[in-house]
Amino acid sequence: MSKRNFTDHALVQLTLMRMREFIREPEALFWSMIFPIALAAGLGIAFRNRPPEVLKIAAVTPHLAEALRREKLLDVMQLPSELAEQFIRTGKVALVAEPGADGSVIYRYDDTNPEGRQARMLADQAIQRASGRQDPIAGNDQIMREPGSRYIDFLIPGLIGMGIMGNSIWGPGFSIVDARRKKLLKRIVATPMPKHYYLLSFLVWRMILLPVDVGVPLGFGILVFGIPLRGPIVALVGTCVLATLAFSAGGLLIASRVRTIEAASGLMNLSMVPMWILSGVFFSSQRFPDLVQPVIKALPLTAVIDALRANMLQGSGFAQIAPQAAVLGAWLVVCFGLALRLFRWR
Amino acid sequence: MPGLVQASPTQAALRIRNLRKTYKDVVAVDGLDLEICSGECFGLLGPNGAGKTTTIEICEGLTEADSGEVDVLGLRWSSDAPALRQRLGIQLQETQLAEKLTVSETLRLFRSFFRQGPGAEEAIRVVQLEEKRDARVGALSGGQKQRLALACALVGDPDLLFLDEPTTGLDPQARRQLWDLIEEFKAAGRTILLTTHYMDEAEKLCDRVAIMDHGKTIAQGTPRELIASIGVEHVVEFSAGNTAVDLSGIRAMAGVRDVRTENGNVLLQVTELHKAVPALLDELTRQGVPLTELRTHSATLEDVFVHLTGRHLRDE
Repeated sequence: MSKRNFTDHALVQLTLMRMREFIREPEALFWSMIFPIALAAGLGIAFRNRPPEVLKIAAVTPHLAEALRREKLLDVMQLPSELAEQFIRTGKVALVAEPGADGSVIYRYDDTNPEGRQARMLADQAIQRASGRQDPIAGNDQIMREPGSRYIDFLIPGLIGMGIMGNSIWGPGFSIVDARRKKLLKRIVATPMPKHYYLLSFLVWRMILLPVDVGVPLGFGILVFGIPLRGPIVALVGTCVLATLAFSAGGLLIASRVRTIEAASGLMNLSMVPMWILSGVFFSSQRFPDLVQPVIKALPLTAVIDALRANMLQGSGFAQIAPQAAVLGAWLVVCFGLALRLFRWR
Repeated sequence: MPGLVQASPTQAALRIRNLRKTYKDVVAVDGLDLEICSGECFGLLGPNGAGKTTTIEICEGLTEADSGEVDVLGLRWSSDAPALRQRLGIQLQETQLAEKLTVSETLRLFRSFFRQGPGAEEAIRVVQLEEKRDARVGALSGGQKQRLALACALVGDPDLLFLDEPTTGLDPQARRQLWDLIEEFKAAGRTILLTTHYMDEAEKLCDRVAIMDHGKTIAQGTPRELIASIGVEHVVEFSAGNTAVDLSGIRAMAGVRDVRTENGNVLLQVTELHKAVPALLDELTRQGVPLTELRTHSATLEDVFVHLTGRHLRDE
């Protein structure tokens, strides 16, 4: 052979095989891309912070309407009195303001309806201020609604960590067990291919997919919910890379000897389900008793999620997330070492 | 062994001496000796469980022997594995290639594992899968999959080709197509070791065969030599319905070497068909036995196996 292209390299061809098997499996695309978005969207909507309610009221004269519109929490319609009467009876407005005798104002509303009572207070305040009332004490509002303290801000790092874990364990694990079951693994090691290329191709492919694994939930969170990225991006990327390596090593370990898909599923669920529950994906792991906290902290998923939350929400860099990185590194070394020792090619 | 090039030490493509392999308490290979010359197609023939696959997988470097010597192309697995892998073409029994890849993607993948050899397109042409080059492996028929497996074995331009049960499970037409391919490889001068439990396959393809049973070779030679060695040219098989036949009368007939009953039929191994059949008809008439079926065929490797073991190749 005189000249060989880059694509004729065994590692490239093996990685291409990973890619082709992935993109030609529609279910895989769904579970790894659409599902996390759907989950984040569903939970984000369920736990969203509602904007303050605006009350609809009617005013009969332009003068009143103008005074009332200064109150931002009121949505004021100017209507002729018959129509205003009809609107309040059908509940389309909570209150009707109309001029009374001697320049007074009449508020028509149902005092058994909380909306009516609230509208009465807001409307009266607006009209008194418009007529020149000075409040003796100034009250300044400070609204607590900043990004970073909402449920969705807590949730997105959890979903990113869960996604990395799921994709890194299922992906290589299933492919290897399937190839072993079909004796493809045995056929491939009967060629001169260096064995580590085969395992390496899984890591290369996960690294190629990592921007998608992380980018989909992260991009969704940023675009739709405006979640913050307060820490250095390089620490975020580093955490995700280390997590992918650690969980892929776990996937290799799980798949190192198993011969059936059923047995592999069992082992994967056995290792992942406890982490879904304990590692604080959906709610804080601090809720578990102090006694088990050291165990929870030692789980790889806890380490990823804690590091991501610290980075994204509190702005932590490498120095602050070093303990979590150490936990992930330890899992990587132990799982990969065991996997190499235990791996069976047939 | 007369009639063929004698295996001399310099020409042997594969030499096995006193090979043994035991799985737990099952002896799979029990002191096997084999020598395969460069350029010949050698068949390991035997029933399931005879140790054929274990033997071929030891030669392929996939299984480690308990004891014995295996020289492949003058090299040893213990010291020369990387060099050996480059020079062997391997088709395993029951390998399922990745279903989601196309034929040409699969071959490019396998080609990338070897330093040299024909390109993927060349291999596709050799196994006549041009029309299927962009088809997914999962969409191929059994015969096409097996031809693709052969192509995967060829992309490294191997000096020695191992084919483990290449036609098992295929329909007759697909088998014939595969045989034609293997004949082409032979014509191109490739050395081939194939295993099979089809005696017709061994007779058609192999220059020499070794018949294996219980981990040993029980006979070795050209198919013609082996058939001649049992001293029988023809087999006569007849059925008399439910009527009892006196076999001693038949045994006494001239030219009859052996008489057996099987599934209610009587089988005679005979040397001269033209004398044996009339004699048999006379004898049955004398016994008053009605004939419901009568068949004859020339002796085959199957008959050799039956002669040597008393069992059929495909008996479990």
